[in-house]
Amino acid sequence: MAKKESTFLNMVLTLMIVTVVASFTLASVYNLTKGPIELAREAKRQEAIMQVVPEFDRLETRMFLPVDGRDSLEFNFAFKNDELVGVAVGTYTNQGFSGRITAMVGFYPDGRIVDVVHLLHKETPGLGDKIEKSKSDWSNQFRNVDPREFSLRVKKDGGDVDAITAATITARAYCDAIQRAFSTFVANLTIEEGGLPL
Amino acid sequence: MEYIAIVIGAIFVNNIVLAQFLGICPYMGVSSKVSTSVGMSGAVMFVMTLATVVTYLIYNYILVPFGVTYLQTISYILVISSLVQMVEIILKKVSPALFQALGIFLPLITTNCAIMGVALLTVQNEFNLLQGVVFAISHAIGFALAIILFAGIREHLDLMDVPKGMRGAPAALVVAGILALAFMGFAGLV
Amino acid sequence: MSQLQNFTKGFIKENPVYILLLGLCPALGVTTSAFNGLGMGLATTFVLLGSNTVVSIIKDLIPSKVRIPSFIVIIASFVTIVQLTMEAFLPELFDALGLFIPLIVVNCLVLGRAEAFGSKKDTLSSVIDALGMGLGFALALTMLGGLREILGSYSLFGYKFIPGDGMLVFVLAPGAFIGMAYLIVLFNYLKKKTT
Repeated sequence: MAKKESTFLNMVLTLMIVTVVASFTLASVYNLTKGPIELAREAKRQEAIMQVVPEFDRLETRMFLPVDGRDSLEFNFAFKNDELVGVAVGTYTNQGFSGRITAMVGFYPDGRIVDVVHLLHKETPGLGDKIEKSKSDWSNQFRNVDPREFSLRVKKDGGDVDAITAATITARAYCDAIQRAFSTFVANLTIEEGGLPL
Repeated sequence: MEYIAIVIGAIFVNNIVLAQFLGICPYMGVSSKVSTSVGMSGAVMFVMTLATVVTYLIYNYILVPFGVTYLQTISYILVISSLVQMVEIILKKVSPALFQALGIFLPLITTNCAIMGVALLTVQNEFNLLQGVVFAISHAIGFALAIILFAGIREHLDLMDVPKGMRGAPAALVVAGILALAFMGFAGLV
Repeated sequence: MSQLQNFTKGFIKENPVYILLLGLCPALGVTTSAFNGLGMGLATTFVLLGSNTVVSIIKDLIPSKVRIPSFIVIIASFVTIVQLTMEAFLPELFDALGLFIPLIVVNCLVLGRAEAFGSKKDTLSSVIDALGMGLGFALALTMLGGLREILGSYSLFGYKFIPGDGMLVFVLAPGAFIGMAYLIVLFNYLKKKTT
């Protein structure tokens, strides 16, 4: 073994070199993948928006802070022939059984829900994952619903939503996300005027 | 109120071992005796809480402001392995007996996915620092609960007549499965 | 040991999951379907290959006392590369595997191989070891994922062969533990039979 001094120097030098090389490599890979990652996310977002609002030819996006919650919600105003046909709101809840659930809620300009589609979740397969349209029709119950008359809470909590069997927490959380979207919608947009921002 | 949800959620509903499958290696390795399980749990609680705090600070005050969140994995694992080294050194001085008992399992805490997992989850759930600490301590308690329960059962299992092919890991895993089934009953709690 | 033996040992005789009992966390955590198990297995194989290769090439340049931290940085780098690449080009698999992708860095299998092979043997042996162990790991995860998917969702690789929900318990936590237990019994039996 080398003398103490050189050993220490060797150790520090080695670690430094390894770390620097690693960081450079990662930075390059990051730069290479940044574009495709953005594209993938954008494609997913677009696909979700298209599922929850009527046909459109132009999108305008604005962010609004919800009444409760730290993260802003993304409001995508969908226009066809320059007329507002729907608003797709990217919403979230942190109360899922396994944490954060994000979803895209589509509203008609008058505030009725067009449809809801999930974006990301880690809910239990076979139970909570029934919020996915491919796994179950459960989320179709929100279609054409007017949240001013239809209470967005599970029946157990006195609302109108049918919960998912054995996955009440997930259902409740999903309602929380949809409610957040609607409250923010109402707080920032005037429904009577066809949903244009206040 | 929210803190109670975090605590109950972490200990019972989303138990780190029995529901999230993190921390299985030390779980299987150390849980043959209740005494070592208790020791391991203590070490895990210490490292987990400290690691969560440090990684939280690093993520929010270094990685995010500098736009280098892709260095999360590297920085986290380096923090955790350093902390474990520290615990080893401290333990050697403070309690050589416990150090001996834990043997090779101490360095294994570094590869304990539970520590890394909880650190990552804290950031993912967007907790603030205090919530993160509560989260980490609760998960450590959940780990302790799962592993000590398990050790108790295993100590009895060792005295039983288990079919030859199932002895050791398979029997232990079936017990873990039944425990996991039991813990699923907590799902309605929060 | 011949290179052929080196390669094939990871499949049954020294299967990382069922014989060596390494990498249990991802094995239990992502195997809700055969596809997820396979995806994770291949991602881990990539990390294994990368780290074993790099470690075996630079092993003489690393002072013994800092080898573990150095290995960790190397492994973590490959894991991050996998993370970024998957997020860019395989977003669905990325979402499905979630938290367990960065957790490849604490997979005792990866550090274990770097320590046992990468830092001691020649590069060719290390590469073949990584390949064999990685594919053995992938095999293990795909089998458990397949078992859980067949029993729990009546499907395999997404192809549903009986309508209906399946025995949910297998897709959930208990199924993972119990499924793994019996696969260990199977592999122990196979190991005995082939020796």
